[in-house]
Amino acid sequence: MKNFAYVRPNSVEDAVSRATSDRDALFIAGGTNLVDRLKVFLDEPSQLLDVSRLAMKQIATTNEGGLKIGALVTNTALANNIDVRNNYPLLSRAILAGASQQIRNMATVGGNLMQRTRCPYYYDTAFPCNKRQPDTGCPAATGINRIHAILGSSDRCVAVNPSDMSVAMVALDATLEVQGVEGKREIPFVDFHRLPGNTPERDTNLEPGELITAVILPPVSFAQSGVYLKLRDRASYAFALVSVATALEVSGEQIKNARIALGGVAHKPWRATEAEEFLIGKAANKSNFEQAAEIALKDAQALAHNGFKIELSKRAIRRALAVSAQGGGEA
Amino acid sequence: MSNEEKKLSPKQRSRRNFLGQSLTAAGAAIAAPSLLNSCQNKTADSASNDLVEGETMIRLKINGEFQKLNVEPRVTLLDALREQLGLTGSKKGCDHGQCGACTVIIDGERVYSCLTLAVMQEDKEITTIEGLATEDNLHPVQMAFLDNDGFQCGYCTPGQICASVALLDEIKNGSVSYVTPDLTSPPELASLSETEIKERMSGNLCRCSAYNGIVAAVQQAAGQTPPSPAASIENQQVEEVS
Repeated sequence: MKNFAYVRPNSVEDAVSRATSDRDALFIAGGTNLVDRLKVFLDEPSQLLDVSRLAMKQIATTNEGGLKIGALVTNTALANNIDVRNNYPLLSRAILAGASQQIRNMATVGGNLMQRTRCPYYYDTAFPCNKRQPDTGCPAATGINRIHAILGSSDRCVAVNPSDMSVAMVALDATLEVQGVEGKREIPFVDFHRLPGNTPERDTNLEPGELITAVILPPVSFAQSGVYLKLRDRASYAFALVSVATALEVSGEQIKNARIALGGVAHKPWRATEAEEFLIGKAANKSNFEQAAEIALKDAQALAHNGFKIELSKRAIRRALAVSAQGGGEA
Repeated sequence: MSNEEKKLSPKQRSRRNFLGQSLTAAGAAIAAPSLLNSCQNKTADSASNDLVEGETMIRLKINGEFQKLNVEPRVTLLDALREQLGLTGSKKGCDHGQCGACTVIIDGERVYSCLTLAVMQEDKEITTIEGLATEDNLHPVQMAFLDNDGFQCGYCTPGQICASVALLDEIKNGSVSYVTPDLTSPPELASLSETEIKERMSGNLCRCSAYNGIVAAVQQAAGQTPPSPAASIENQQVEEVS
């Protein structure tokens, strides 16, 4: 990797001010994605701003009854937090489905949301890539694209977001708190990651210099029905081919509320809003779950090698919804 | 040749004007506080104060002992351990956080030393495979790997053992995994299932595929009675016949 200067900013304000005045600086916390990227010359920062020692490691109950999670809480700490295990089990399961124990011990919430695609063409600097170098082309679109997007892609980029945690966060209607030199602002999680469009080089709507400081979870009364189902090439320690987060509020026979989000299928964690709306007021049965799955995937487009993801996603949605209808748990 | 001499290349030894260079090259704020702290803290080791451009002096606590070393910010903890401190027990398998051979324990938690920078680990308690045994006794997990043939070539073994040591502590602390059926009731050492062990050890690959022995070693270290290696071979034969 190229060398860089190493700085430990002494506050969030200091970190943000340094990142704003030097656009080639990068924040580092757990480093599990960034150090790897540095090694293959995907990033060549002028300086690394080590924010890992700043005080953003608390998980606190909010006045509304939700949780405010500091951006430096590790994946392990968040997944094992008793309030998360009790009240947002699908977030625990999503985090635990990701990576390995070693990586989860190092990785932080803020970093997880900022991790970049594992598209092999993006990673290999011998190939052109619109995400890495705009307007050079997308070899994945016509290359080996088994792991690539089936929803929301563009002719510029077919990469997928690799985060499991993000799929749970988007299903739970989380909000991000970010800080720039002008102060703090909030971004609804669903608007944080971007579709590739004509600017695949931008993964998120974070402005230059801004730092994620916290993620806020609203109370979700039916979150205990939450399910996270991850399908991948091996049983553990692999990125999702398809993952599904679901939660259902069922009263009597009728669905009152539904959440469906997909991972591994798009450039951002994919909320299947139309399928959720279809389910409201319907009976929680197999036929309705099948229709919801069809609606969620109706705009899916297969590349040469990833057509299987469409059917896999539908089946995963059906199974996850069935488990959510039974009150949640392991899918 | 002393250890210290081995650490520094001739080029490094010849470049002695660190302070002026590094502070101008990297900017006044860069690592300056930690540099000054490190200089003020005299430690037991014999690290020289020679530094080259872009390097900074850091102090790491490894296996209970403070070590001073000069590293560029881009040096990973794994490279610092292996190339500078001669602690070659931690292995460089993939160097991309995919194999687990570089696993060490920092502040009680297992991590991949290839995915973190040495400069980030100041003030932390780092334990490597070299720090597990006492003078006369292997660590119980090391014994368990020997007793249960938890390896063939042995290359991944230091990482497997460090991961297992941390795993047992995680169980004692009530941690859950993706395969824990009820997230509100984490497994205990006595009830730690094979499925749990495999999931929790998935961050350490063994190219020889000595996984049966590794699982058995963790079972033994957890206080369970693992099946003998012979038993697993007999089971395989029965399955093949049936």
